[in-house]
Amino acid sequence: MDTTPVLEARNITKHFPGVIANQNVNLTLHKGEILGLLGENGAGKSTLMNIIYGLYQPTEGEILVNGQVVQMRSPKDAIALGIGMVHQHFQLVPVMTVVDNVMLGRESVRGGLLNREAAAVRITELSERYGLAVDPHALVEDLPVGVRQRVEIIKALYREADILILDEPTAVLTPQEIEGLFAVMDLLRTQGKSIIFITHKLKEVLRVADRIGVLRRGEVVGEVDPKTATQSTLAALMVGREVILEVEKSAAHPGAAVLEIADLYAPTDLGEPALRGVTFSVHAGEIVGVAGVQGNGQTELVEVLTGLRPAQSGSIQIGGKDMTNASPRQITEVGQSCHIPEDRHTHGMVDSYPIADNLVLNTYYQPPYARGITVNRAAIDANAVALVEKFDVRTPSVHLNGGSLSGGNQQKMVVAREFSRPIQLLIAAQPTRGIDVGSIEFIYQQIVSKRDEGIAVLLVSSELDEILALSDRIAVMYKGEIIDIVERDVATRQMLGLLMAGVKEEMADRVRG
Amino acid sequence: MGSTFWKRSSLIAMGLALFLVVMAVLVNLTLLGQFTWLRVIFGISALNFTLRAAIPLVLGALSGILCERSGIINIGIEGMMLAGAFAGFVAKTSTNHWPLLNSLLFSVFIALAVGGLMGFLHAIFSIRFRMDQIISGTVIIILAAGISSYLYDRDAIAQGKFSSVAIPGLSKIPVIGPVLFDNPPITYLALLLVLAVHVALFYTRWGLRTRAVGEHPRAADTVGINVNLYRYVNTSIGGMLAGLAGGYLVLEAVGQFQEGMTAGRGFISLAAMIFGNWNPFGALGAATLFGYTQALQNELLLAGVTTVPRQFVSMLPYVVTIVAVSGFVGRVRPPAAEGKVYETEGGTE
Ligand SMILES: Nc1ncnc2c1ncn2[C@@H]1O[C@H](COP(=O)(O)OP(=O)(O)OP(=O)(O)O)[C@@H](O)[C@H]1O
Ligand SMILES: [Mg+2]
Repeated sequence: MDTTPVLEARNITKHFPGVIANQNVNLTLHKGEILGLLGENGAGKSTLMNIIYGLYQPTEGEILVNGQVVQMRSPKDAIALGIGMVHQHFQLVPVMTVVDNVMLGRESVRGGLLNREAAAVRITELSERYGLAVDPHALVEDLPVGVRQRVEIIKALYREADILILDEPTAVLTPQEIEGLFAVMDLLRTQGKSIIFITHKLKEVLRVADRIGVLRRGEVVGEVDPKTATQSTLAALMVGREVILEVEKSAAHPGAAVLEIADLYAPTDLGEPALRGVTFSVHAGEIVGVAGVQGNGQTELVEVLTGLRPAQSGSIQIGGKDMTNASPRQITEVGQSCHIPEDRHTHGMVDSYPIADNLVLNTYYQPPYARGITVNRAAIDANAVALVEKFDVRTPSVHLNGGSLSGGNQQKMVVAREFSRPIQLLIAAQPTRGIDVGSIEFIYQQIVSKRDEGIAVLLVSSELDEILALSDRIAVMYKGEIIDIVERDVATRQMLGLLMAGVKEEMADRVRG
Repeated sequence: MGSTFWKRSSLIAMGLALFLVVMAVLVNLTLLGQFTWLRVIFGISALNFTLRAAIPLVLGALSGILCERSGIINIGIEGMMLAGAFAGFVAKTSTNHWPLLNSLLFSVFIALAVGGLMGFLHAIFSIRFRMDQIISGTVIIILAAGISSYLYDRDAIAQGKFSSVAIPGLSKIPVIGPVLFDNPPITYLALLLVLAVHVALFYTRWGLRTRAVGEHPRAADTVGINVNLYRYVNTSIGGMLAGLAGGYLVLEAVGQFQEGMTAGRGFISLAAMIFGNWNPFGALGAATLFGYTQALQNELLLAGVTTVPRQFVSMLPYVVTIVAVSGFVGRVRPPAAEGKVYETEGGTE
């Protein structure tokens, strides 16, 4: 067997103003293997990958491809060397079609004009060969995230990448889509391609990786064989301490209903019915988990509840007050509810605002952050410093832009803001998206302690593990309806799986009988 | 929903322009011509005036489109135009002794070059020095106004300007012929440029990359496109087109330079660009509409309309411009990354 690694990073060090993102990192990747890369939020995984991809210049160190030291001035050089990358945040132009996005930078041209047909043919070819179904002429902004991800992978394959970097590709995918992705990765591996796979889900690396590397605070702290490792050894290695993977919580003591939803109807963006008569309630001091295959109305439900999408009919009451089609501000103020949105970039944060400002996005106009018509900088900064400390948001300064945080730290920033005001209702959609196991533990504890304080919690998650770990009751959504609500104690994986697939009759029997 | 929505305003602009042409044909060739007021507002002279007024607006709007599609806001079109006009004038007066055509072509070339330099300067301010692009554009305007009036020699006289070239055959078509096919060269060039920029933006590699850079620079960067290079090049070419608009004023329309002769045309170009939704044909439609309001103002005053005070008639072009850009046609969608400095290591986007 050829032992020269296809890719090697030697002593890579990368400094950002105030941060050492990578410190003497060494990494090797062999032909036909999947290297799992783990690390806490802000450990430096994305930075390292961006260096390998030529986007960032290392402060020190060198990259070798097939045993040769290479100089990469821009991704152009990396692409020419057969390196492809799917970024943590998708790099697609929303207003352009799939064809235009895929061929961008490597256009098919005939007689000086773009040859979109030729490119579309190649895309179709690739999408058939790897089972990555996508319509080449669709506009990217109309595509769901799962499909956008396929477009990103096709983009890399279109450039004939032999080394594929996947930076947290599963964070935004449904369990079904994750299975599909793993199948594609397997296929690529058998074709001799090498893959670096970053994730925070320990189960996933254990399942697909041939080797696992762990980064902590910018340094490589170990290499693990997935055959012998377990989730807890990995977690301990990543975080540097034991992590409790189980959530400890006592029985719930539900009080009065805080959120009451009755016969709620709402359409999707395309005008099709998304919610079709949703009725349920969440009581003080309980966590209701909403499970379901993504695309069954969960997104729309949360948007209607938070005032981001109008309801067609039905009613929403929060704390006994009618909040049907109220504005987001009324819902946060009068309804005293908070919202951890599904997509932090569209509804959770302003990338180009400092972290401190991001932390007061829904309270900046109230004292102590506002003094009359001016803002009180000192109060805003003090608040930021305290929250960054409490929620372990890793940053050298609260004055840096939110966008400069690592993905998981951005999420922690959003959670920190939402958890830091008096509330009666917490609406959390995918609250731990992109967050490392150590911080998940912390956020779970926070959610449970909110519950114990008597707050009503509505948790929407596409991850069954999360739903099972936190919920007191589980509502399953199917085609815009709550097909059933089951107590956590009686719920099993199979039962939920069947409900999520819309099978109800026999389930009802088993639950009640 | 995106695609259909964001093209609406450019379609309206083009539709209005088309309506004008159809009306003119009808009025001049059918019984509708019996109505005097129709002959006033849709006569051939109104259309000729419209085209003359529209050309600098078209060129200015194309200039804006090139810059803004790549992500650089260009509020300085007015200044680039004025600089082009002044440079063209200086070139013309200093080559008065050359054969007329040579002298004119040389002057056009200088107008292009100086406009391009102003564009390049704007790019340097915006990219290299990360100046706020609105401020940089304003600097360009003030610079051009200041320098041109300081250096302007009141005694200098340009001798000769471009004259009309009738296109054989086509110019004989009734109504359309005399309006479209019997014009001086920069007019033809401007109309061809609309088509050229359209094709370049939407059907060539350069255009695809330009639009990507203006919409999502990081995505462009990650596929190996040099974001700032595209911005420099586009802003410079944009400057050249604005310079050409200035050249048109001096070398084709008026024949002389006057201080501040662009008289807000650069800003109306911006309005045309926005109304046309950053699309060349949309901008052509919008420029035609704005040009037509000027023609209408002119024709109405000439025809001695007295039922409306003349001040109101004179207001027409500006009112239409304001209404057009104030969004009555629905929201327009500027390039997403417009006005933002791009740095590779500046954080996730
Ligand atoms: N462009 C940048 N400018 C300044 N600091 C940055 C930049 N990119 C990353 N950093 C900092 O470098 C560190 C490493 O970030 P990186 O994005 O590599 O983390 P990560 O391991 O990918 O984390 P996550 O799992 O949350 O995605 C963080 O402290 C982050 O704040
Ligand atoms: Mg990352």
